[in-house]
Amino acid sequence: MDKRKIGTEEAKQVTKDRGQIMEDGSRQITMQDEHQSSGLHPASSVAEKIRVERLNFYYGSKIALSDVSISILDRRITALIGPSGCGKSTFLRCLNRMNDTIKGARAEGTVLLDGKDIYARGTDVVELRRRVGMVFQRPNPFPQSIFENIAFGPKVLGLHRDKKDLTDIVEQSLRGAVLWDEVKDKLKQDALGLSLGQQQKLCIARSIAVKPDVILMDEPCSALDPIATLQIEQLMQSLKTDYCIVIVTHNMQQASRVSDHTGFFWLGKLVEFDSTELIFTRPRQKLTEDYITGRAG
Amino acid sequence: MNRSHVQKIGFVFLTLCAIAVVAPILVVIGIVFIEGVRVMSWEFISAVPHEGMKEGGIFPAIVGTLLLTLGTAICAIPVGVGGSVYLAEYAKDNWMTRAIRLAIVNLAGIPSIVYGLFGLGMFVLFMHMGTSIIAGVLTLAIMTLPVIISTSEEALRSVPTEFRTVSASLGGTRWQGIRNIVLPQALPGIITGIILGLLRAAGETAPILFTVAAFYLPRLPQSPFDQVMALPYHLYVISTQVPGMPLSVQYGTALVLLILVLSMNFVATIIRSYFRRRRQW
Repeated sequence: MDKRKIGTEEAKQVTKDRGQIMEDGSRQITMQDEHQSSGLHPASSVAEKIRVERLNFYYGSKIALSDVSISILDRRITALIGPSGCGKSTFLRCLNRMNDTIKGARAEGTVLLDGKDIYARGTDVVELRRRVGMVFQRPNPFPQSIFENIAFGPKVLGLHRDKKDLTDIVEQSLRGAVLWDEVKDKLKQDALGLSLGQQQKLCIARSIAVKPDVILMDEPCSALDPIATLQIEQLMQSLKTDYCIVIVTHNMQQASRVSDHTGFFWLGKLVEFDSTELIFTRPRQKLTEDYITGRAG
Repeated sequence: MNRSHVQKIGFVFLTLCAIAVVAPILVVIGIVFIEGVRVMSWEFISAVPHEGMKEGGIFPAIVGTLLLTLGTAICAIPVGVGGSVYLAEYAKDNWMTRAIRLAIVNLAGIPSIVYGLFGLGMFVLFMHMGTSIIAGVLTLAIMTLPVIISTSEEALRSVPTEFRTVSASLGGTRWQGIRNIVLPQALPGIITGIILGLLRAAGETAPILFTVAAFYLPRLPQSPFDQVMALPYHLYVISTQVPGMPLSVQYGTALVLLILVLSMNFVATIIRSYFRRRRQW
C-alpha cells in the first residue's frame, strides 16, 4: 500500500468531516467520522484498536485529564504532543493501567481495547499489560544478559514450550527490533554494556517478545542522540505493519515524521486530534497552531 | 590564624579521630593473637577439655557455636527475608505497618540479656523445651531478626522502582518481578545483613546463658534438645568461674572465637564486592 496516497485521501475525508463538525459546533474532532464513513475510506481494512470515551483522570483531588475521547487505529502510529504536564503521559499510562499503582489515582470513563472496557470490573490487568506493551523514556534493560532481558516476558507468562522455543522467541524479537545482527554473538553479555540506542531497541524487542497488540512509547527517544533517534523512528515504521503504536513525544518534528495521527494535549484536555498532516499544516484550533509554531507552550 | 591553619588543624583532628577508631581494634586483635597463638595446636581445637578444663581443647565449644549459628541461620533467614520483602514490596503505609516497623526498631535496641531472659521464660520454661539447642537457637533467631529485616529491606528499596514497573508492563505479576529481578539485585545487601546478624548471634553470651549453654559437657550433642558448650559462654566461664585457669587458654579461646567471626565477616565482604561489581545502575 502506498502510504502517502492514503495520507492525502484521509486528509480529504477529514476535511469533509470537519465541515460537519464546525456546523454543529462540537469542540472536539475525533476520528469517529472517519470510521463511520469507512466505506469511502481507502484504508477500510484498518480497524479501530482503542476507543476512549469521556475519560477523566485524577491524582487525588487534582484533575489530570478531563473529558478525553479518542479513537486509535490498529497498524497506525498515533502521536500525542503537548507541553510538559499536559497529561499526555498520564493518558498513555491509562491505556495499560500503569497508573493503577499510584496512590490516590482514579480513572472515570471508558477505555475500550478491541471493544472491551479495560477498566471494567474483573479485567485481568496482567493480561492487559501483556497485550499493551510499553517502552519507557529512559532505556531500562534489566541488569542481566541480553538473552535474559528478552526471555523475561515469555518466561513469566509461560509463552514458550521448551528451551528451543524460547530461543526462537528471543531471536524473532531481536530481529523484529532490528537488533539481531548487532547482538547475535553476544546474547550472554550484560545488556547494560550496549549503547543507549541499542538498549532502547532491546527494550522494544523485550516488549514485542510477549506478542502484544499495542505498543505504548513514552518519549522513547528523549535520551538518545539523533542517529539513534533516527534508527528508533525507522524501527517504528517497520513495527507498524504488525502493531498499533501510540507515542508520546516532546519533539514535534518527530511527531510529524513518524505518525499517521496526532493528538494535541493542553492542560489535561485533548484539544485537537486529526491526521498528522492536517495538524501540522492546517490545524483547526488556534491553540494547536500556536503550539506547533512555537508561540505557545 | 588564617583559614589554611584552620584547615590543617581540622585535618589533624580528623586523622586522630580515624586512628582512635582503628587503634583499639588493632590492639585487641594483636594482643589476643600474640597471647593466644601459644596454645594454638591441633589438640586445642580438636580435643575435649579435661582436668577441670585447664587441659585439652575446646572442640565441643567450637561445634556448639557452629551448630547454634547454623540453627539461627535456618530459623532467622526465611522469616527475616520474607518479612523484609513484605515490608519493602507489599506493605501499605498504614498503622499496622508502622507498628511492625516500630517493633523492629525496638527489637534491635533490646539488650541481649533481655533476650536471654525472654528465651528462658518463653522457650525453656513455658514451652517446656528445657535448656536446649532449640531454645537457644530460637532465642538467637529472634535477636537476629531485626538486623536481617532492616538491612534486607534497605537493600530491596535500593533497587530502582523502574524494574518493577517494567516487569509489570511485560505482564509479570508483582511476585514474578520481585522473584526474578528485584531479589537478585538486592541479594548482596541481603547477604550482608544476614551475615552481620549471624555474627552477632555467634558472639553473644547473654542470650545463650540460660537457654542452651553448658558449663562443662565434654561430648557432642545428640539431639536438638541437648545442651551444648559455646565459645562465648565458655570464654566467660573460664575467665570468671574457674580459679587458676591459665591465661593462655583464655586467650586461645578468644582467638578461636575471633577467627571464626572475622572469617565470616571476610566472606561477607567478598560476597558483597563480587555482586557489587556486577550491578551498574
